[in-house]
Amino acid sequence: MSNIGNQKGAALAPDAEAPGAASPRGKAPHPLRAALGGGGNAAILKRVAIIGGALVIAIAVALLKSGSGLVVWQSVVTGLLMGGLYGLIAMGLTLIFGVLDIVNFAHGALLAVAMFIAFGVVQGTGLHPYLTLLVAVPALFLIGGVVHRGLLSGTGGGSLENQLLITLGLSLLLENGLLMFFGAEPKTVTLPGDFQFGLFGAVVTGARLYAFVGALLLGALLFWLLRRTRFGTAIRAVAANGPGAELVGINVRRIHTLTFAIGTACAGAAAVLAAPLITVTPTLGEQFNITAFVVVVLGGMGNVGGALVGGLLIGLVEQLTTIYMDGQSSLLGVFVVFVVVLFLRPQGLFGRRA
Amino acid sequence: MTGITIAGGTGPAGRGGTGRATKAPPLRPQNRQLAILLVLLLVAIPLPLILPSAQGAVAVRILIFLLMAVGWNIMSGFGGMFSFGHAAYFGLGAYTSAYLLVEHGVSPWIGMLAGMAVAAGVAVVIGYFAFRYKLQGAYFALATFAFAEMLRLIVTSTEFTNKAVGFSVPLIQGSSLWKIQFAADSPAYFWIALALAGLAGAASILFLHSRSGRYVTAIRDDELAAASLGTPVMRHKLMTVALSAAITAVAGAFYTQYYLFVNPDLAFGSSVSIQAIATVVIGGIGTVWGPVVGAIIVGSLSDVTATLLRTPPDFLNFLQGRSGLDVALYAILLILIVRLLPKGIVGTAMARWRR
Amino acid sequence: MTILNVTGVGKDFRGLRALSEVEFEVGQGEILGIIGPNGAGKTTLFNVICGALAPDTGRVLFAGRDVTGRSPDRIARAGMVRTFQLMRPFGSMSVLENVSLAAQHERQPARRLRERSLEVVERVGLGQWAHRPATELPTAGLKRLELARALAMRPKVLLLDEVLAGLVPAEREPVLDLLADLREQDGTTLLFIEHIMAAVMRLSDRVLVLDQGRVLAAGSAEEVTSDPRVIEAYLGEEPAGAEG
Repeated sequence: MSNIGNQKGAALAPDAEAPGAASPRGKAPHPLRAALGGGGNAAILKRVAIIGGALVIAIAVALLKSGSGLVVWQSVVTGLLMGGLYGLIAMGLTLIFGVLDIVNFAHGALLAVAMFIAFGVVQGTGLHPYLTLLVAVPALFLIGGVVHRGLLSGTGGGSLENQLLITLGLSLLLENGLLMFFGAEPKTVTLPGDFQFGLFGAVVTGARLYAFVGALLLGALLFWLLRRTRFGTAIRAVAANGPGAELVGINVRRIHTLTFAIGTACAGAAAVLAAPLITVTPTLGEQFNITAFVVVVLGGMGNVGGALVGGLLIGLVEQLTTIYMDGQSSLLGVFVVFVVVLFLRPQGLFGRRA
Repeated sequence: MTGITIAGGTGPAGRGGTGRATKAPPLRPQNRQLAILLVLLLVAIPLPLILPSAQGAVAVRILIFLLMAVGWNIMSGFGGMFSFGHAAYFGLGAYTSAYLLVEHGVSPWIGMLAGMAVAAGVAVVIGYFAFRYKLQGAYFALATFAFAEMLRLIVTSTEFTNKAVGFSVPLIQGSSLWKIQFAADSPAYFWIALALAGLAGAASILFLHSRSGRYVTAIRDDELAAASLGTPVMRHKLMTVALSAAITAVAGAFYTQYYLFVNPDLAFGSSVSIQAIATVVIGGIGTVWGPVVGAIIVGSLSDVTATLLRTPPDFLNFLQGRSGLDVALYAILLILIVRLLPKGIVGTAMARWRR
Repeated sequence: MTILNVTGVGKDFRGLRALSEVEFEVGQGEILGIIGPNGAGKTTLFNVICGALAPDTGRVLFAGRDVTGRSPDRIARAGMVRTFQLMRPFGSMSVLENVSLAAQHERQPARRLRERSLEVVERVGLGQWAHRPATELPTAGLKRLELARALAMRPKVLLLDEVLAGLVPAEREPVLDLLADLREQDGTTLLFIEHIMAAVMRLSDRVLVLDQGRVLAAGSAEEVTSDPRVIEAYLGEEPAGAEG
């Protein structure tokens, strides 16, 4: 479900739902099915059981390694909270891939741009950091639209390699543009009135909680947009069959531009939510980009619901790796998961084998 | 093969070809390209004696870019397997030779060969899995990218490779060819790099026109058709990947010797992969001379911007002391080339010239 | 002597049955025509025989050896070569290079390789095109190139997927002569998928009729074309042999 998969990459096409099969209004699909991307109930239960089992084992190993239940519990909480943000970032990326077939290497750099917008607005006007959503999200929406129209659509944006190269060049340009204008010194965005509270012993800051809840809400909004609006139906139709959508009167190029814009706007929203949690540097996009790629592959390329679940899983993996590796290189575990999934289940955890 | 042949009649209209018709080019392309390469090398040899010493460093940097570009072009240009992670092989070359030199006092020449072997071996393993599981397009790009990043993280967190610190080449008294160490402004660095680049260029030309090169070109054009005509697809893809990685590893090993220092970001960072890609794309993917043109442009860009920023015009004053302009410029160049001249400078020029 | 033996071959595409229980034999030097309505599974059968697709069930024996599920390149080098219905030239190469790629499997001096490739190119009548880019060939030329590449492999068994489609009648004759000659001179076994019944009647020793993934009938061309089941399967299709 909400798998706006692509059928053009025939060898690895994730299962794409035919546009006609979209469930009619009012008759909501089963929420779990909606999250997990179709398949029979038994198959889903089995998959959930396998993933759950793997998680339990991973947590148990972490417990053995650290010897402290509290440390592991803290990691699980932090991991899930951070995972929500990863999910939101990856939803934008996977949406773009599913509809336009573009792997947007500039997604992380766009995220960094949005963070600097948030930083600049907070510095300049003293606005509450979360209110910069009102600036950053429309700005990124606009940038996304311009990037698609100006660089990626039409001839010259043609082949897959060209599009990868253009987004790669764009990421370099944005990153180094930020470096030129803002310098390399790390910046911080502080959340006024931030607080902490204990959750069964784990420390949770308000900023993390807000970011998590915000990410889930925005994810739900995107989901609603795709599933319950005519615009969303048009997007899914284009994703499933571009030429066919054109035949029934959908302006495919417009949908492509809007989808790209929405995808980058997701990065913009995630950037504002994440800004108070991290130090803002021009190159921070790289790290997020890599994580988002992993989440997208894990959730199934083009599967928006899968991206959210994948985000939560990767958040956990990252924190647990920190325990396994004595605090070093949390990304390593993420990569191991990535490579295994890429080779063994390229259709993602929630897709059916082609 | 005797017997009936299908009578002509489909000859190129108006060309008036008769009998054995169109003639083959007078000099086989392989020999022509090797001859051009030789001329270029001969022209380049006296450069360090003519150029001011500051330019000498730029020339060496161009040659390092050239080595990387030639390596990347073999896999991605000739072979059509678009790698976004050549930093992996550059880094393996750099680290293997640095490790052997620093920890065991092994000559960097031996280290370079070892680095080539390690890089080729890793490339074959990664390639085998990527081809075995038929990763294509975006998936292949992500996989190559991910492996380079993974190596960077592993090296960053391993004691054995000095973690984030990396290796510094121990300085010796005087100069030594065996240890590839000379005075900082010695032309010897240039000549060694030139020799390596010349060898790499010759290897790439010979490969392109070899049996294996023809197989790989066919696989790039149409893999199923090639397989149906008996092309051993997997074997030749892996050979291509191995050669490509080995040449890129030479660039890494020489880089370490020249700059006397290497760390995980310099060796395995994604910017290394991007430099290899941008150089070839700007010059011309899949062409023999594209890497040369691209390396001259990309390699001298940072020098041009540095000169510009030393005495900036007024509107660029705010950039003083800031970095990033050079990379931003070649990013713009990369985007423009892909949009306007997707065949790159050399590819477009050749297409014009033929017409 | 049997050179190709197909037993119980079945293939599903996502629940869609493309081939089921396909069985037949081909003798050395025989010419077997394969006909059937569109979507009957003819090309899928070629794909399975030549290793481009692995069958779900059944086996393919080539010269007594089981080649089921072998990779296409090994099967081709073993001597069973196919052409494609939609031409697939190597776009960056000249006509001669296209052909020499197929001829270069056995180690030989460059000069010998070149001579041999030129011979094949001229045999199919593309001599004047030898050094031109393959992409410049017109449709008829591309068809000949497909054939030339396959011939350069010196196949024991040649599988041709609609080599005549897209050719005007005057262009067909020489191709048919060449195919007949291939058997006479080189002893090549031929399997050919063809819609043009006149060609099937003229060339084939036996005809295999496929319909909906099954073997509907097999026998001489006359037997098969008078079989009521075959006629029924073709009802609604254009009359056999009418296209051109």
